[in-house]
Amino acid sequence: MKKFTRALIGATILSMIAAPALAETLTIATVNNGDMVRMQKLTDDFTAKNPGIELEWVTLEENVLRQRVTTDVATKGGQYDVMTIGTYEVPIWGQKGWLVSLNDLPASYDIDDILPAIRGGLTVDDNLYAAPFYGESSMVMYRKDLMEKAGMEMPDAPTWDFIAKAARAMTDKNNEIYGVCLRGKAGWGENMAFLTATSNSFGAKWFDMDWNPQFDSEPWKKTLNFYIDLMNDAGPPGASSNGFNENLALFQSGKCGMWIDATVAASFVTDPENSKVADKVGFALAPDAGLGKRGNWLWAWSLAIPAGTQKMESAKKFVAWATSKEYLDLVAAEEGWANVPPGTRASLYANPEYAKVPFAKMTIDSINSADPKNPTVDPVPYVGVQFVAIPEFQGIATSVGQQFSAALAGNITADQALSNAQALTERSMKKAGYIK
Amino acid sequence: MSNSNIDQRKIVFTIVAWSVGILIFFPILWTFLTSFKTEAEAIASPPVFLGFDWTMENYGEVQERSNYFRHFWNSIVISVGSTLLGLLIAIPAAWAMAFVPAKRTKDVLMWMLSTKMLPPVGVLIPIYLIFRDTGLLDTRTGLVLVLTMINLPIIIWMLYTYFKEIPGEILEAARMDGATLFAEIVHVLTPMAVPGIASTLLLNIILAWNEAFWTLNLSAADAAPLTAFIASYSSPEGLFYAKLSAASTMAIAPILIMGWFSQKQLVRGLTFGAVK
Amino acid sequence: MATTHSRFAARFMISPAVILLLGWMIIPLSMTIYFSFLNYNLLSPGMEEFIGFTNYEFFLTDPAFFAALGNTILLVVGVLLITIVGGIALALLLDQPMWGQGIVRILVIAPFFVMPTVSALVWKNMFMNPVNGLFAHAAKAIGLQPFDFFAHAPLSSIIIIVAWQWLPFATLILLTALQSLDQEQLEAAKMDGARKVSRFVHIILPHMSRAITVVILIQTIFLLSIFAEILVTTNGGPGYASTNITYLVYAQSLLQFDVGGGSAGGIVAVILANIVAIFLMRMIGKNLEA
Repeated sequence: MKKFTRALIGATILSMIAAPALAETLTIATVNNGDMVRMQKLTDDFTAKNPGIELEWVTLEENVLRQRVTTDVATKGGQYDVMTIGTYEVPIWGQKGWLVSLNDLPASYDIDDILPAIRGGLTVDDNLYAAPFYGESSMVMYRKDLMEKAGMEMPDAPTWDFIAKAARAMTDKNNEIYGVCLRGKAGWGENMAFLTATSNSFGAKWFDMDWNPQFDSEPWKKTLNFYIDLMNDAGPPGASSNGFNENLALFQSGKCGMWIDATVAASFVTDPENSKVADKVGFALAPDAGLGKRGNWLWAWSLAIPAGTQKMESAKKFVAWATSKEYLDLVAAEEGWANVPPGTRASLYANPEYAKVPFAKMTIDSINSADPKNPTVDPVPYVGVQFVAIPEFQGIATSVGQQFSAALAGNITADQALSNAQALTERSMKKAGYIK
Repeated sequence: MSNSNIDQRKIVFTIVAWSVGILIFFPILWTFLTSFKTEAEAIASPPVFLGFDWTMENYGEVQERSNYFRHFWNSIVISVGSTLLGLLIAIPAAWAMAFVPAKRTKDVLMWMLSTKMLPPVGVLIPIYLIFRDTGLLDTRTGLVLVLTMINLPIIIWMLYTYFKEIPGEILEAARMDGATLFAEIVHVLTPMAVPGIASTLLLNIILAWNEAFWTLNLSAADAAPLTAFIASYSSPEGLFYAKLSAASTMAIAPILIMGWFSQKQLVRGLTFGAVK
Repeated sequence: MATTHSRFAARFMISPAVILLLGWMIIPLSMTIYFSFLNYNLLSPGMEEFIGFTNYEFFLTDPAFFAALGNTILLVVGVLLITIVGGIALALLLDQPMWGQGIVRILVIAPFFVMPTVSALVWKNMFMNPVNGLFAHAAKAIGLQPFDFFAHAPLSSIIIIVAWQWLPFATLILLTALQSLDQEQLEAAKMDGARKVSRFVHIILPHMSRAITVVILIQTIFLLSIFAEILVTTNGGPGYASTNITYLVYAQSLLQFDVGGGSAGGIVAVILANIVAIFLMRMIGKNLEA
């Protein structure tokens, strides 16, 4: 028994010994998207060039990641040296002084090469607070073969009416072909990203100039009814729980006729190893409703350094490496041009090699056509295409997303969903002090 | 009743029980099988059960992406460490409650259990701030402490129900022989309570191993256990059923195997005093 | 038997546990209470101000609150019903003579070892997915439309997943209780000509009542804070159809980063949990003393 006691104490002490200390280890929080996973595999290149710096990866699913890094940066927890964040967070965090300015990156980094639309979204008061790892807009991806079968032809810049007609024509539910796959899973970065961007093209907006919510307006009614009718007629079953990833899987397995989503998806759906339909995909700009705005968004997954890190110099080295021109070349050499993280640098789109990639032109055209400073038909007090850059937005939009998702599932009507959305947005905006 | 009649009953019960058992086990079996398929085979319609080309590719890919063994080791340290520490605190407490009951003992016990009903999300921010200020964020020590506190009420209660079944006369006799309190606990009580302690230990290792809220929120890289490992597969891009299955299998296999090997010990003590 | 000496020793031995648990409860709880009176958004630090009961007012008048309250009760009661009825049936079955009893028991207890996150992921993607899930394949094979679980029966789907995880636990405890039943008493009843049903109602069930109480107590503690399964499968939706109190508090404090509102929700949840606890303790107390 004495032995047992001793073993017990020994084991307890053993468990208390902290992790061994290393030279200088950067802890990098990132999202589990394909391009980041690829970066993780290529880090030997960085560690070889920068001896003495070790990299530690924390790869998380998007929502978990967002919750973890936000908690950490807001409480100054200091668990991460580099964080992967998006166009929504950067302006808010930058303004609060939570991020390290990246203006002093070396000249060889060529900061002016970053696409102006993307760079603008990551800059506050002339300080670049995050370096874009990849940028994206949204566009239509469609099956050329099914479009042909339906006897239709996709224009480069389709209208919503065309999309609706084509989707219904392509649908063949008996053979599990659904004309259009759209996001339905609740979340501000899921269905609300799509619906907010879409609503812009229908002339809707989140708030008027006095921050009054606008869900009771006619354009929102049109947007939501259009979306729900279309999905009921031509969408896959279970659409209310489909997000980006679920739709990607559906498209790759050949079950969608069209899919309107992030431009980065283009490289996944044309990758013969993972996609059954790799050679049959065409691309078009996101649709419009003739009001001068297209339903495409703008987003950049970016690397930022939280203020207060002890390892700023190493962290900057890493950020510069991961978002450099050389990194793009490295990926091209290892994995081919189609897999290069898109949408960040003008030089990439000037490269004749890259121009051969089938989705290159449509991606850059989509990015260039998004305008976060003037996202809507009418003027609004906020910036952001598929989001409103205020701290309260993600909470509100996720609750609104729940309502719209319930309407898509058929549990409530579109009108009910809109009036619920209006009420809950009003409540939250009141609580936050925007409106009295 | 004739012999053949009994045999007949036995055959029927065997068939029914095995069917039910396999049905309940099926999701795990299916995950295991899927982990050896290619992504295309994983979503094939109609589904394939065994007639596919078995591949280890998914495991390779999962290991390449995340350092499985470090997560695995963290899981072991955290679950075993918190359970042992919990036992160290709980054994004396349970002893005292079982053998020197006071008027309020029952209330204290019930109060302890009620602390388990605190919704963890409600107190995450305070704990996070405390951990930040004490430097416990992303340390195994920190996670050991939190999981100890979380499971302590269950440990105490399980042990208490055991100790209560031990007849007091034996302790009385030991005391007559001049045994000290310490000796009483170590030499008399503990051996008698080994089955109870063993199953408490096992149950708590399982609970700690599967705890996903605190372990995920208070760890980053150094201390992240398997629950964090699985969080990076919860919805990756593209077809992912096979990789998800491989990661799932890797996350649950150790505890499943441990559970199977020790199920006799686990079951013997898993009564919470419900059996007289 | 208890001398002054041993009473003192007992106090001494019990105190580490009590002090630790008290600290674990009081320190975060008092911070939470404090936060619940502040206008405290994690994204606007330094702007905290005292706002009285506003957070409580907003939380309690939120339409989501009543939905969540109902869902919490449904979830707990639903899982308890399935696991206890199923557990008794399984225990009776496993107690019969058969070949390979040990292996069957291993198969039956396996779900208990699976992480909640993993089981939710596996059920959601590989079974309940309406396009690629196994249930969808099965439905199509017999010519039916696949059922869209998480859109049309979100709470029931979550109840199924959670019940699957806890069924082994109930089965094990009930089986142990069953096996401790006095065989002679049962034989005697048989001799008296008591039929199977009446044997079950009058002898077996009363004997298992304590075990059933234990199952209810332990499971309720864990079921009140079900969270991972909801997060992974439905995110509380569609609408509020599968939001429980724990998830609602999570949404407040970690999706909206409204620490004040989340704290108020947390306190409400603690109060509700304590009401349940008092109720449970009464029941347990009665049943365990006997």
